[in-house]
Amino acid sequence: MSPVISPFSLFFASILTSNILLANFLGMCSFISISKDMKSSNGLGMAVTVVLVITGMANWAVLHFILIPLGLEYLRYIVFIVVIAAVVQILEMVIDRVSPALYMSLGIFLPLITVNCAILGVALFIEIRNYSFIQSVIYSLGSGLGWWLAIMALSAIRKKVDKAPVPAGLQGPGITMITIGFMAMAFIGFSGMLQVQ
Amino acid sequence: MNIATLFLAPLSLGVISAVLGALISITDRIVNNYGDVVIDINSGKKDLNVKGGSPLLLSLAEQDIFVPSACGGRGSCGACKVKVLSDVGPHLPTETPYLTKEEQAENIRLSCQVKVKQSLEIEIPEELFNIQKLTTKVKKITDVTHDIKEVLLELPEGTDLQYQPGQYGQFEVPPYNKIKERTQRAYSFSSNPNDKNHLEFLIRLVPGGIVTTYVHEHLQEGQSINVVAPVGDFKVQKTDAQMICVAGGSGMAPFKSIFSHMVDTGEIENREVWYFFGARTTKDLFYLEWLADLEKKYKNFHFIPALSEPEENADWKGETGLITEVLKSYLETKIDTEKTKEGYLCGSPGMLDACMIVMRQFGMDENKIYFDKFA
Ligand SMILES: Cc1cc2nc3c(=O)[nH]c(=O)nc-3n(C[C@H](O)[C@H](O)[C@H](O)COP(=O)(O)OP(=O)(O)OC[C@H]3O[C@@H](n4cnc5c(N)ncnc54)[C@H](O)[C@@H]3O)c2cc1C
Ligand code: FES
Repeated sequence: MSPVISPFSLFFASILTSNILLANFLGMCSFISISKDMKSSNGLGMAVTVVLVITGMANWAVLHFILIPLGLEYLRYIVFIVVIAAVVQILEMVIDRVSPALYMSLGIFLPLITVNCAILGVALFIEIRNYSFIQSVIYSLGSGLGWWLAIMALSAIRKKVDKAPVPAGLQGPGITMITIGFMAMAFIGFSGMLQVQ
Repeated sequence: MNIATLFLAPLSLGVISAVLGALISITDRIVNNYGDVVIDINSGKKDLNVKGGSPLLLSLAEQDIFVPSACGGRGSCGACKVKVLSDVGPHLPTETPYLTKEEQAENIRLSCQVKVKQSLEIEIPEELFNIQKLTTKVKKITDVTHDIKEVLLELPEGTDLQYQPGQYGQFEVPPYNKIKERTQRAYSFSSNPNDKNHLEFLIRLVPGGIVTTYVHEHLQEGQSINVVAPVGDFKVQKTDAQMICVAGGSGMAPFKSIFSHMVDTGEIENREVWYFFGARTTKDLFYLEWLADLEKKYKNFHFIPALSEPEENADWKGETGLITEVLKSYLETKIDTEKTKEGYLCGSPGMLDACMIVMRQFGMDENKIYFDKFA
């Protein structure tokens, strides 16, 4: 049975209290490497959101229409990954056609979305929590927007921090990790408000 | 696990992958299909019908219009500039490092980075119509040093190839070993332009380099090889200024062509030439006799080879030190400061940049320093 939870709670919880990055720490590598540049962060945030929604729906359908009826749930890891890889390939072609500038600025990072743990993580959360189709769409959209929000916030903060007098030993990755820690703590502040199940 | 599941698992995986594969190729067909488009060159001088979807550089090359491309379309040389009059979207991040603000305002683009998605109007210099792709035959390969080969090519009969000494050709090597695509790189002509039947090049082995490894390890005498030529605008200016020339390694190539041509035309009698050649050890020196001969015959011609790391036991009486130091000391003490000077440089980017700094220090006009960076 799908859990009983209002669509609004699920949507806002997946963006804020259960933020896929800052509460579950999934998708960290691209979060740290791309957040140096705001424009690329924005592009990648958008791309992650689109991929999440599409793969969330596709993986839900594959799970419920093929794997469960055939008793093959144990194949879910490999099937989810194959679906994600295919969706990213298709998206790559579409972005290249619609916006070559975005395509070039995402460069190597677009194929990297394939191995972004946030994408597989969301598909597995959907499965573990037994979400209905509508809930899956809401949850993956919320998680994508949450990831987008987090990377935009981090790149905005890094822009400021770059100009700040940071001790030499902490410059670069050091201060970024500390910043992320503070951001995660700030997001915990939301946790009393809503919970996803 | 029963027999049914044993077959079911690979079967369903296979079916799912096949469906996804089909989806990808259908999207490819639809999204990457730009149909037939027209490239209009120089307001109707030439109209090319091409299939959309490829980079502009390749679409033009397929129709035998060869825009210079020293890096073979990797977006790392900036040579393939073309003015695009139609709107093809904003400049890409891969283009902007190679274009000045003015060039961007005029909508100059790197043709290897712009994809042809719709009919286009472009402008290119008319000389580019003369660039041809020649299928030549390797006549002779000679080792001139431990890492430089002199490659002599025979042109197909009836070729009318006119070039200025200093220009270059694009070698096209076929796929080999792990290299799956044809690859082009620029090499300056070292031949005398009066020799209408041959082209000559000096090619230095770059360890791990695609084209030089092919030339050094696979290219055989008698084999054919494609060369796109002539390209480039490095050439001797028609003035009577003193020529201060600096080369390193295979940077010798254009100067060999230039000096042999100057001998033919007699220009070498009247024009003052200072040719500095930088090498590490005596092993890296070549063509010494020919250059010493020129120096003996023509009083205006001065050849200064310099070694930066001469071997301990070498019987070396010439200059030692980095070529920039030698250049500096000659500009200080030996070269007439009053006469106007032009700089001609060929070789690695590092050496070129260092020489340019010295030339500027000695008041040489930046606009009169001509160079080909071998990068
Ligand atoms: C106008 C012009 C004129 C020129 N004239 C001459 C000339 O007369 N003679 C001459 O010898 N050269 C000349 N050059 C240089 C020449 O065009 C080539 O750049 C050079 O020969 C190297 O080509 P390549 O294909 O062998 O190396 P590339 O494959 O282009 O490799 C270049 C560098 O990348 C490294 N590399 C390659 N693959 C890899 C990899 N997978 N991983 C890490 N590193 C890698 C190589 O080790 C090398 O350092 C000229 C260049 C220009 C622009
Ligand atoms: S061919 Fe070198 S930048 Fe385009």
